[in-house]
Amino acid sequence: MIGIGRLGGLALIGLPFLWLGLFFLFPLLIVLKISLAQSAIGIPPYTPLLTNDGAGLKIQATLANFALLASDDLYLRAYLGALGNAALATALCLVLGYPIAYAIARPPGPQRQLLLFLVMLPFWTSFLIRVYAWIAILKPNGLLNELLIASGLIATPLPLLNNGFSVELGLVYSYLPFMILPLYGSLSALDESLIEAAADLGARPFRAFLGVTLPLSLPGVAAGSLLVLIPAVGEFVIPDLLGGPDTLMIGKVLWDEFFNNRDWPVASAVAVVLVAALAIPILLAQRFLERERVA
Amino acid sequence: MALLEIAGVSKRFGTVAAVDEVSLTVDRGALFALLGPSGCGKTTLLRMIAGFETPDHGRIVIDGADVTALPPYARPVNMMFQSYALFPHMDVAGNIAFGLRQEKMDRRRIIARVDEMLALVQMADYGGRRPHELSGGQRQRVALARALAKMPKLLLLDEPLAALDRKLRAETRLELIGIQERVGTTFLVVTHDQEEALSMASRIAVMNRGRLVEIGTPAEIYERPGSRFVADFGGDVNLFEGELTAGFNCLAGTALPQGAEATLALRSEKLHLSREPPAGFSVAATVSSIGYLGGVSIVHLTAGEGRALRARLPSTDAGCLGRGTAVWVSWSPDDGVVITR
Repeated sequence: MIGIGRLGGLALIGLPFLWLGLFFLFPLLIVLKISLAQSAIGIPPYTPLLTNDGAGLKIQATLANFALLASDDLYLRAYLGALGNAALATALCLVLGYPIAYAIARPPGPQRQLLLFLVMLPFWTSFLIRVYAWIAILKPNGLLNELLIASGLIATPLPLLNNGFSVELGLVYSYLPFMILPLYGSLSALDESLIEAAADLGARPFRAFLGVTLPLSLPGVAAGSLLVLIPAVGEFVIPDLLGGPDTLMIGKVLWDEFFNNRDWPVASAVAVVLVAALAIPILLAQRFLERERVA
Repeated sequence: MALLEIAGVSKRFGTVAAVDEVSLTVDRGALFALLGPSGCGKTTLLRMIAGFETPDHGRIVIDGADVTALPPYARPVNMMFQSYALFPHMDVAGNIAFGLRQEKMDRRRIIARVDEMLALVQMADYGGRRPHELSGGQRQRVALARALAKMPKLLLLDEPLAALDRKLRAETRLELIGIQERVGTTFLVVTHDQEEALSMASRIAVMNRGRLVEIGTPAEIYERPGSRFVADFGGDVNLFEGELTAGFNCLAGTALPQGAEATLALRSEKLHLSREPPAGFSVAATVSSIGYLGGVSIVHLTAGEGRALRARLPSTDAGCLGRGTAVWVSWSPDDGVVITR
């Protein structure tokens, strides 16, 4: 490391590790610790992991919380419900986001920056407020129903809110930019001469897209899909505000365990299982991305 | 009959005329070079022949068929890109087969054709490699094989050797000529390197500022340039500007009135240097510096009125000269070319 020095080099490499250690790994270990405790009345509302009864340190840990997750099928259904909703949202974001990213990235010119800015514009308003705004649009006497009734298309309001539809809509709406941005990155980095070469070799535009553009944008597809899928699985605000009685998503269950039941150990166990379940697809996708980068 | 016919083709980008009323024909089986400095419009012309740009005016006819309005994928033309533009997600065989797969060609015939092309460019063992695993020279061969795989009527080569280092460039140049002779395809090469154009092409078109300046054989372009630009761009040259007076009629072939503005062009290797004044015409000069290039050296001279001259001679002859040496510069009258443009 010329110019930075050995210590500086270590600091440069160490800083992200320190950051992740302090703000990701350490909190995760606390959650893991709580998941091994038992619920108790008091502050904090769980039994300590280490106790000293005078005869020495004793470790008090139980897997009962995880056993509960396995025995009550509510949790499994909530995990699967969240995964299903998130997977559908990811697929819809991909189908919607790809053409948008393509339209922004492919024609070169100054309009790119403006369009990209418009994609990011919603971030300037609080996520919570934007989800709330959908209630005003979707409710029985909301904007959309009023408009449809006024135009004579329907006579009675459609049930648009507090059901699977509104949850899915909220997920797609909220996470679409996270799909568009990495796709834009992939597509705008694509060498124009590769597409010209495909055309030169006799490929019509659609064949050139399937043969060259699409495969070369797969890293963007993978990155965008992960950025949508992972937070969408654990999403709590959207099912809480837009969901109905049938909406079963694990983020909502986790919230209820924490704040309604005040059962921190079970809530922590739910969180640990969620992190573990998501870490596996992330690692798989990372290996895929790594391979693509080398190629 | 000409294979490629370009008739009055123009292309503007904004207010700039990238290609301005260019007309030329390329004979079947030729190795034709489009030579010019960067920004002269040669690449734009090539891209119009390939179909990536549409001319504002004019027609492009390939083998008797007007292709001016056809998209790239419908033209009987293939191009070797300057960057090679190999598909990074496909192996070498996949790259070569890409064009063949676009036609409904039988799988076995594709494999046979890919093998044939790999053998042609001496890459038979590399079919399974990815482009990033190849050296620059190997990529260049793959790009050539891919462009030739569909047996185009016309192969366009955009600065085919520019990305290679000097030694490889000389070898590859010979290989390109060899391959062109073997397959018999008409090659249209775009280059900014006069040496490359002179050594490869059977005919050269010189372009400058979007216009076609001159067309001819390499010898014509080098020995008898018709304009100052071509003389200067074609190689190392001494230019004397002045008026035509009596006594220079030995340079004729150019029927000019006396008093006409003209330039005398003399290639630097045509100058003779001697310590003693030679019989006949000569110019007194002093050596200002010597640039050693290995086998040859460029001797920079200052003559009367501070005029700078350049002479190219074998380094063994230049060795006995030094800065400040007084010499006499002479040349054979036949070696001077009178240019009026």
